Amino acid sequence: MTWYPPRMVALSWGTLLALLALTVLLAYQPLGSFNTVIALAIATVKALIVAAIFMELRERGGLMIAFAAAGFFWLAILLWLAGTDFLTRPQFPPPASLQ
Amino acid sequence: MREAQPGFQYATLVQQEQAAQLGMWTFLATEVLFFGGLILAYCVYRYGYASDFAAASRHTEIVIGTLNTAILLTSSFLVAWAAALVKVGFDRLVAGLLTGAALLGLIFLGLKGYEYREEYREHLVPAVNFAFEAAHARGAALFFMLYFVLTGLHGLHVAIGVVVLLAIARQASGGAYGTRYHSPVTVAGLYWHFVDLVWIFLFALIYLPGRSLA
Repeated sequence: MTWYPPRMVALSWGTLLALLALTVLLAYQPLGSFNTVIALAIATVKALIVAAIFMELRERGGLMIAFAAAGFFWLAILLWLAGTDFLTRPQFPPPASLQ
Repeated sequence: MREAQPGFQYATLVQQEQAAQLGMWTFLATEVLFFGGLILAYCVYRYGYASDFAAASRHTEIVIGTLNTAILLTSSFLVAWAAALVKVGFDRLVAGLLTGAALLGLIFLGLKGYEYREEYREHLVPAVNFAFEAAHARGAALFFMLYFVLTGLHGLHVAIGVVVLLAIARQASGGAYGTRYHSPVTVAGLYWHFVDLVWIFLFALIYLPGRSLA
């Protein structure tokens, strides 16, 4: 029995800090709309590391993972249906005269 | 240490811990949708006022935001470390790690408060003293409205987490947890990691947009 942190936990911490540095660095590069894509992709990778290692989901069974995924599943439906509304409007935001 | 017994409705402590974790994940699902609704509002207005949001985002304090992200990630690391140690003993170190995580949470809140003060000074608080270059004022007001609601609600979650971590650290130092019974540490840990997870996305949405345009 040892007091120091499990290797995966320590590695995850280092990786998370490295990804934080990377995302800040890339945010300053002029990549157009890719800036947003990269920022959200890196955020998703960080979130998966937190969920899998820190929240120990990789050691859990299917039931626990289903409970953990449920909220994100409904969130995806929310974003999807709301997205189809706003992305297909002929004019959004409405003109200033209507505001 | 008194030998821990499961609650009367559970056959074993393992079953009790699984039920506790499922309960926390169910609560976290409601939290996902709670923050998710606000993030949807953010996405809609960012789509509608893209250049205003980029201009507004450049006025946020990226140094403090980045530092605060590193602080929350580190505090999450300490809690994950504590959750691993509590299963093999090390009561006092577990208590120390949880207290350290709570202190990092307090530092996060302190820096956030300093940030709010700077934003007040720069007239970026909608409905209080908002003033912004006219071309981007409308979307920027929406950005900062969402900014204060999102970070304010997240800060409330951090404050609650700090209290919970300190309470559990106190229990841990008294030898309340061990190899067989430790679910308060892992369940509170799930909550704390979730608060960290929300911040990861808030950081990407609030501080990073529009940086390459300056």
